[in-house]
Amino acid sequence: MDCGTPPIPMDVRTATQTLLSVRNLKTYFPQDEGTVKAVDGVTFDLYPGATLGIVGESGCGKSVTARSILRIVDRPGRIVDGEIHFRRPTTNGGAGQTVDLTKLEPNGPEMRAIRGAEIALIFQEPMSSFSPVHSVGNQIIEAILLHQQVSRRDARDKTIEMLQRVGVSSPEARVDQLASQLSGGLRQRAMIAMALSCHPTLLIADEPTTALDVTTQTQILELMRQLQREDGMAIMLITHDLGVVAEMATDVAVMYLGRVVEQAPVDAIFHAPQHPYTRALLRSIPRMRARSRARLTPIVGAVPHPYDRPSGCPFHPRCADFMAGTCDRRAPSLRPVGDQHTVSCFLYE
Amino acid sequence: MLAYIGRRALLAVFTVWAISALAFAIIQLPPGDYVTSYIAQMASMGSVVSDEEAQNLRIQYGLGQPIYVQYLKWMELVVQGDFGFSMEWRRPVTEVIGDRLWLTVVVSVAALLLTWVLALPIGIYSAVRQYSVGDYVATFIGFIGLAVPNFLLALVILYLGFTLFNAHIGGLFTPELQDAPWSQAKVWDLFKHLPIPALILGLAGTAQQIRIMRANLLDELRKPYVVTARSKGLSEARVILKYPVRLALNPFASTIGYTLPYIVSGSIIVSIVLGLPTVGPLLLKALIAQDMFLAGTIVLLLGVMTVIGTLISDILLVWVDPRIRLEDT
Ligand SMILES: Nc1ncnc2c1ncn2[C@@H]1O[C@H](COP(=O)(O)OP(=O)(O)OP(=O)(O)O)[C@@H](O)[C@H]1O
Ligand SMILES: [Mg+2]
Repeated sequence: MDCGTPPIPMDVRTATQTLLSVRNLKTYFPQDEGTVKAVDGVTFDLYPGATLGIVGESGCGKSVTARSILRIVDRPGRIVDGEIHFRRPTTNGGAGQTVDLTKLEPNGPEMRAIRGAEIALIFQEPMSSFSPVHSVGNQIIEAILLHQQVSRRDARDKTIEMLQRVGVSSPEARVDQLASQLSGGLRQRAMIAMALSCHPTLLIADEPTTALDVTTQTQILELMRQLQREDGMAIMLITHDLGVVAEMATDVAVMYLGRVVEQAPVDAIFHAPQHPYTRALLRSIPRMRARSRARLTPIVGAVPHPYDRPSGCPFHPRCADFMAGTCDRRAPSLRPVGDQHTVSCFLYE
Repeated sequence: MLAYIGRRALLAVFTVWAISALAFAIIQLPPGDYVTSYIAQMASMGSVVSDEEAQNLRIQYGLGQPIYVQYLKWMELVVQGDFGFSMEWRRPVTEVIGDRLWLTVVVSVAALLLTWVLALPIGIYSAVRQYSVGDYVATFIGFIGLAVPNFLLALVILYLGFTLFNAHIGGLFTPELQDAPWSQAKVWDLFKHLPIPALILGLAGTAQQIRIMRANLLDELRKPYVVTARSKGLSEARVILKYPVRLALNPFASTIGYTLPYIVSGSIIVSIVLGLPTVGPLLLKALIAQDMFLAGTIVLLLGVMTVIGTLISDILLVWVDPRIRLEDT
């Protein structure tokens, strides 16, 4: 394998099975005012068939991480460091070779064969994520024709079948409609149909339900879970909604200012959070089954401006457990604190 | 969709009517009526118009009757293809205009096509490679194109052609073919002469369209559907040409209508400099000489052409933008 030496120790499961393994990823946007370090050392692992919830405040680099994996970061942004190891499926569906996506040409044939076919993306704006002048079907058929050796007619049949699967009623008619003729929920279903039309092994969902009402949101999440059961793909679910994470995720990575500060199985995150930021994040959301009327405590302070990041641990100015002389001087690194549980904090070094 | 086109067609009819009223007003502008000036004109040429003939003319044009009757009588003649008599040229207006109207259309459409052929790819390049060297070069040339008056450019090209190649670049035909009847050779001759006037006439428009295309496309490139297209694994060229360019083109389809008259009016001086047999110089002369039937006719015909152009661009817009088809079907 071409993994090189990972900066953190990996347990057996990690080494043998990861579908996606991101190591110390850095994606910067050079601007006139200075460099925006949108992603500044992200490390996490994602296992086949699992759902990794990525949570963190707005602007912490979740979307840029997703786009870095797909190699579609907008200019002038670019990956300046790190590795993204992705295990490509073999033709018979088994696990195959891993490739470091950061080494591929963003628009080269290999990356384009992966993008859309093996890693698919759905994101927030169901309104504007379809072209307003092409029919929904046209855009799904295009994806199928691109990655599969089928005739146009077959691609169309597959599209209708896929729309049916995601719960679009009368798909034969919908297939020729414009996105503006569909409701928000239907549009997101069509988006999911498009993403899954080529049976990816990894689905990246960037806040797929943020723009939807609560009922539709539940339906879409249920649909994703059902399709995951049927197709067995892994999901990287980006959200700021910890409720969604609790419902969907098997593992969670918590991001703060371009870094993963904690990754753990979902139970550990909710019941034994280690990083002060994770704890603060959990305290800031209402709990459904809370026994007492526990008070919500918002995280003190605001997310720093991306141009001037705090020195040392980026969270130290807002941290309840701030240790002067340590946290503001050096940056902590991710260390294992339990079974598949890693934290980046000096409390555990 | 039919309702949309129907509405547009109705608007076109109304506009044509307004233009005809304007043309009629132009004809009515000079003091005295047409027949009186016609008689005076004829007298100055030594021929006498008989009273009977003058009376017939008065009846034909409804002179002495209410103004709307005169307008209707004039319209009746126009619809039959009789545009009146040119005082200045002493010939019927249709004869004076002759091929010039069609040549104007040919030159203008050529300029428009050339504008697009140049502006669209350059605009796309400028947007996709924003702030690259190529973008700056295109911007620079674009501003020069906007800033240099096109007649000056015409003069420079004439001069260069003459001094460097000892060739006379003006005109739309080689002199031998100028007055020859239409033939394959003449059409080919026209075709060979077209690029330079089209380039000169289209340059300012090209510069402007590059800016518009660049701005439109930059807007579209930021839209999420571009990310969607990219995330499918399409090649970058296909992503850009199929999606954002397609949307950035919409505003262009709707500019055809008003670009044409812009080119025609902008062409007057260039046509004079280059000796192009278009209606532009004719209109100028007619206005100076107060040759009102000629002027009014040219305004009328150009106006109608523009309306037709606009209607075509409206229909084109329906074709490129299916969203319009959905509006109140
Ligand atoms: N094209 C770009 N140019 C410059 N800076 C960018 C660009 N895209 C993102 N950024 C910056 O990168 C940082 C991370 O952005 P990102 O979109 O990944 O945040 P996010 O975690 O997805 O936030 P949200 O929850 O609001 O979606 C932000 O500070 C943002 O300003
Ligand atoms: Mg985001």
